[in-house]
Amino acid sequence: MSAHDTTEPTRRDFLYIATGMAGVVGAGAFAWPFIDQMRPDASTLAVSSIEVDVSAVQPGMSLTVKWRGKPIFIRNRTPKEVEEAKAVELSQLKDPIARNANLPTDAQATDADRTASKDKENWLVMVGVCTHLGCIPLGQQGDFGGWFCPCHGSHYDTAGRVRKGPAPENLPIPPLSFISDTVIKIG
Amino acid sequence: MSGGHSSYTPNTGIEKWIDARLPLPRLMYDSFVAYPVPRNLNYAYAFGGILALMLVSQILTGVVLAMHYAADTGLAFTSVEKIMRDVNSGWLLRYLHSNGASMFFLAVYVHIFRGLYYGSYKAPRELLWILGVIILLLMMATAFMGYVLPWGQMSFWGATVITGFFTAFPIIGDPIQQLLLGGFAVDNPTLNRFFSLHYLLPFMIAGVVVLHVWALHVTGQTNPTGIEVKSKTDTVAFTPYATVKDAFGLVLFFILFAYFVFYLPNYMGHPDNYIQADSLKTPAHIVPEWYFLPFYAMLRAITFNIGPINSKLGGVLIMFGSIAILFIVPWLDTSKVRSAVYRPWYKLFFWVFVANAIMLGWLGSRPAEGLYTLFSQVGTAYYFGFFVVLMPLLGLIETPRRLPNSITEAVLAKNKSGGQPAGIAAAPETKG
Amino acid sequence: MKKILLGLAAAGLGTMLAFSGAYAAEEAHNAAEPTHFPIKKPAELDWTFAGPFGHYDKQQLQRGLKIYKEVCSACHSMNLVPFRSLEELGYTEAQVKAFAAEYEVPDAPNADGEIVNRKAIPADHFPSPYPNAQAAAAANGGAVPPDFSLIAKARAVERGFPLFLADIFTQYQEGGPDYIHALLTGFGETPPEGMQIPEGTHYNPYFIAAKSLAMAQPLQDGQVTYDDGSPQTLAQYSQDISAFLMWAAEPHLEERKKTGFRVMIFLVLFAGLVYVAKRRIWADVEH
Repeated sequence: MSAHDTTEPTRRDFLYIATGMAGVVGAGAFAWPFIDQMRPDASTLAVSSIEVDVSAVQPGMSLTVKWRGKPIFIRNRTPKEVEEAKAVELSQLKDPIARNANLPTDAQATDADRTASKDKENWLVMVGVCTHLGCIPLGQQGDFGGWFCPCHGSHYDTAGRVRKGPAPENLPIPPLSFISDTVIKIG
Repeated sequence: MSGGHSSYTPNTGIEKWIDARLPLPRLMYDSFVAYPVPRNLNYAYAFGGILALMLVSQILTGVVLAMHYAADTGLAFTSVEKIMRDVNSGWLLRYLHSNGASMFFLAVYVHIFRGLYYGSYKAPRELLWILGVIILLLMMATAFMGYVLPWGQMSFWGATVITGFFTAFPIIGDPIQQLLLGGFAVDNPTLNRFFSLHYLLPFMIAGVVVLHVWALHVTGQTNPTGIEVKSKTDTVAFTPYATVKDAFGLVLFFILFAYFVFYLPNYMGHPDNYIQADSLKTPAHIVPEWYFLPFYAMLRAITFNIGPINSKLGGVLIMFGSIAILFIVPWLDTSKVRSAVYRPWYKLFFWVFVANAIMLGWLGSRPAEGLYTLFSQVGTAYYFGFFVVLMPLLGLIETPRRLPNSITEAVLAKNKSGGQPAGIAAAPETKG
Repeated sequence: MKKILLGLAAAGLGTMLAFSGAYAAEEAHNAAEPTHFPIKKPAELDWTFAGPFGHYDKQQLQRGLKIYKEVCSACHSMNLVPFRSLEELGYTEAQVKAFAAEYEVPDAPNADGEIVNRKAIPADHFPSPYPNAQAAAAANGGAVPPDFSLIAKARAVERGFPLFLADIFTQYQEGGPDYIHALLTGFGETPPEGMQIPEGTHYNPYFIAAKSLAMAQPLQDGQVTYDDGSPQTLAQYSQDISAFLMWAAEPHLEERKKTGFRVMIFLVLFAGLVYVAKRRIWADVEH
């Protein structure tokens, strides 16, 4: 394209390169909104954290709420269920990791590390999506009195830990905190 | 595309491999690098490239807007507002798209006026011109249907009025209107099909644009002198010469575009379109977008019956006729000289035609009453008179100025008279 | 190029003359029975958000919100505006949460299938004061109070020739707030001699659609108490609510103008570069 004979870069070459670069920068900046618009929008982000009033959930009852498009199981466990869960040895577990977003990633899957709060061990809050292939497990069913996924037969115990079947991991615990004794903030 | 010979020589092995199987690089090189263009093209010729970029911009912004838009009468208005408020960069994309439509039409009108001024429609470029008119028609259909999508008051009532045109035709009118609407009035089926077609038509435009460019590259560009290219000295290579000149025109055009998007995004729009459509309440004045106003003025100018044709049908026929007449322009112009530069009388009437089109546009935005109607009628008469009376007549009676022998001669003569030492210095661009 | 410009100028001049004649003809009308509205054009105010560097005055928006909440929201919904966006007015997340909790919105059906109200959360939108449009009409003598989400962009008095051309250069986009301010301060004028005002409506020469409207004067001096010491006058209220409604209609205005400034600077510099490159490339070709 250059109309001169020398092989040395000249002011002219510099001008063409600078113009070309500016054009590339402009095109790049123009492309950004097209990518930016794909991200979750403000209305989606606004409900990425929810508050749930659990005052009406008696021991032995469960509540399912929707959080970020997925079901969240909130269970007020009976003392019997808590005892059953506590009695399980870590060596009996298929997945010994707590899978609790509020704890370090290597936390052990003891019942204490699965409950919603240290002093509220009756509360269990989990993302109700089977870790096998994404079906919704059924509550208080299966061989261990916890959850049972009808799709491929995974059994979870009363702390939501997988005990049998093809699921590889325990049901995950979402980020959560108790705002008051009866209100849980999820996300 | 440039007819027969090719100066493309593949250098590397990969280039040779591709060239033997799908010579797309060769096609691109011959069409957009080596392709010869007249050396005397001015900035009015940059609008073809500008239009190509505007089409791409509209398609890109449109595709991403469609990711958030809901074509349902209950959701459309709020989904557009969600784009404006919640979607990341949504306000920018939507304003780019709505103002882009206006800029697209601004550019296409300059492009058409350029063609009329320099006689770009004359043989052998009749098909090139006709393809252009087809693109204009497709653009109008696309813009009209796109304006319905936000489901504001003007969307709704504009759609009602425009689809109502078809009821002017006796017997077949009502069935045609019901066919278009998918019902007895503008409603959900209408919105759904308009969305579908609004998404489809731009790709049809792109297809016709390919034909338009193909036809252009067969005959080559016209130029301000209207004289055909005679020798190699008359032309320069498309790249870098035309490319960089078009690029400069394009950036200037984008400055104007950006000015409206960022500082006057609602200037071209109508406030009533920020009110959700209400089929029980008509706005005080129904006005189409500015780019339809001249045609709207001509529609309303027919307030009288012409023999068996009532005023409603007459208006509709005049409006469709105002576009249809463009198809036969190549055969209406009888002049042997192509460019208005050498046609003193045509040049005068051309500028009156431009002023008349602008006046019709303004009249289209006024209520149809009193003096406005009279002005519209005069304007309509001149619009058609320009094509059916002045164009054939001027070619026969006008004495054109002396034509130069070639493009090169015209360029050298112009630069000499401008006081430039011929053959050495660059001509100042302001002479374009 | 010169010739083209001259041609355009001549054509423009001719058209202008024709327009002014037609315009004068349109404007001549009977004072008692006007046919074009509004009867009086709104005054142009100085808004902080006008012009290329326009920005919202957060204090003013907060005062406007107070007026909307205490006065307008009794009749006018604002259902496209979520509470969460009030953070843009300078409120903290906790303040917005508390503000939203003062409103009630219908909850999803409970276990018994009944719909009960719950406290609003920041993700909710401003609720409508009426359950539906029919209820709104019935409560207001048949006239549904318009939603306020977009009112500042949905109302603008036509500028007319040649102002609409000047607006391109002055970047006048404040027709909505100017109109709202004019309407709110335009009550209480005496209609011209002989003008009939329909029963149950109120004369206002600034009303865009007729000589009178169903709404009575909504704001009076001293009606809303300001915490920041701003004058508690109708003039101040009208400006504050207009600015607030502009924000409600165009929340990304500041971002738009800021982005625009950067884009313009880039484009102008880029145009300069391309122009110089063009000059260089064409330097050895006469054209």
